[in-house]
Amino acid sequence: MSLSVNNLSCQRGGRTIFSELSLEIAAGEAVLLRGPNGAGKSTLLRVIAGLIPAQTGEITLNGTAFSNRDDFHGQITYAGHLDAIKPQLTVAENLQFWAQLFEAKNLAQTMQDFRLDEIADRPAHACSAGQKRRLGLARIAVTARPLWLLDEPTVSLDTETTARFAATIDAHCAAGGIAFIATHIDLGLKAPRSFEMQAYEPKADAPEHDPFLKGDWE
Amino acid sequence: MIALLIRELRLALRSGGGAGLGLGFFLIVVMLVPFGVGPNQQILGQIAPGILWIGALLASLLSLDRLFQTDSEDGTLDILALSPMPLEQLVAVKAFAHWLTTGLPLVIMAPVLGLTLNLPDGAYLWLVASLAAGTPALSFIGAAGAAITVGVKRGGLLLSLLVLPLYIPTLIFGAKATSLAADGLDPTSAFILMAGLTLFAIALTPFAAAKALRTHLN
Repeated sequence: MSLSVNNLSCQRGGRTIFSELSLEIAAGEAVLLRGPNGAGKSTLLRVIAGLIPAQTGEITLNGTAFSNRDDFHGQITYAGHLDAIKPQLTVAENLQFWAQLFEAKNLAQTMQDFRLDEIADRPAHACSAGQKRRLGLARIAVTARPLWLLDEPTVSLDTETTARFAATIDAHCAAGGIAFIATHIDLGLKAPRSFEMQAYEPKADAPEHDPFLKGDWE
Repeated sequence: MIALLIRELRLALRSGGGAGLGLGFFLIVVMLVPFGVGPNQQILGQIAPGILWIGALLASLLSLDRLFQTDSEDGTLDILALSPMPLEQLVAVKAFAHWLTTGLPLVIMAPVLGLTLNLPDGAYLWLVASLAAGTPALSFIGAAGAAITVGVKRGGLLLSLLVLPLYIPTLIFGAKATSLAADGLDPTSAFILMAGLTLFAIALTPFAAAKALRTHLN
């Protein structure tokens, strides 16, 4: 199990988000993705998850190339800023759906781990922000995939749940998985490594590529 | 797959799901016609097949704009894109669930409304048959339209403009089958053409819609 990103560049709306980015993550590693707001942390995670296209570069996961979409993304689970929760369904129904879709078997255990069994029958719209977040993170644990891409996972979590979640990530990594986490706080993981991202600054001798100015359309 | 279908039905039937909305709209639109046209039973009987079909067509359009939009807004679509289920299958299941909650009630309700419009005796069976075979096409073509407009805020009107022209063939042959039966003629050929259109829509629109969703996700 390893994630390798090589020479990755991403542009959104004509603006370069990051350029020539490379990193390697080995099995069992938890990597904290750090950087100022707007540095492109969320974009990087979404590019790896295949939700935003990259302009150049290669991503290889466990020997599987990014272009092999089914096999590549079959190893990934992603949690963004949104929790993917339906407010009309109860907590248990929400999680059960994801467990069935991802063919997971550890539903009851995950409900306990994230202390969701006590609010299982509550409609999700009646849950607090922290409880919703817990439900969103429980989905990560239930899908049981080797690469976890987490974007600010601890927003609105209390300290106890954050510690529990850190323990879940540690257990995942100890089992040979990878966690790639964009965060600003110290999660309290056992052996995290940091990867710094800087806000992209165009080099003076390499002006940003703009097809409308360069005459590419002629 | 079953899990997704059950979830879709639950969401449609719970508050804010809008399952009853289409049916209510259908009832009101058809009931308005005698007020506008006048109580002449012969005229009403003549225009009944067309009115019932147009009513059903507009009613099935009502809840379409939310088909993918809610999933896109709460992050569910991102996770579904990473799930083992292909997007084509996702579209097909969602369109089928839309038909179950919107199209099927219209089929069941139509004969009652046919009675209020003085639809001739021989036409009831063919009204139900043509609606039962034609409304799935409305849901599936509409799903493709909903996928194209998923990123557009308040895209309901744009969806109508995109989708209504594509409904025309189904409307022509569906209404024709019913009115031929009302005149005591053989409606089989019109019915078969319309059923063929439905099969065509079911076979092709999931691919078109999945393509549109992928473009939206990128």
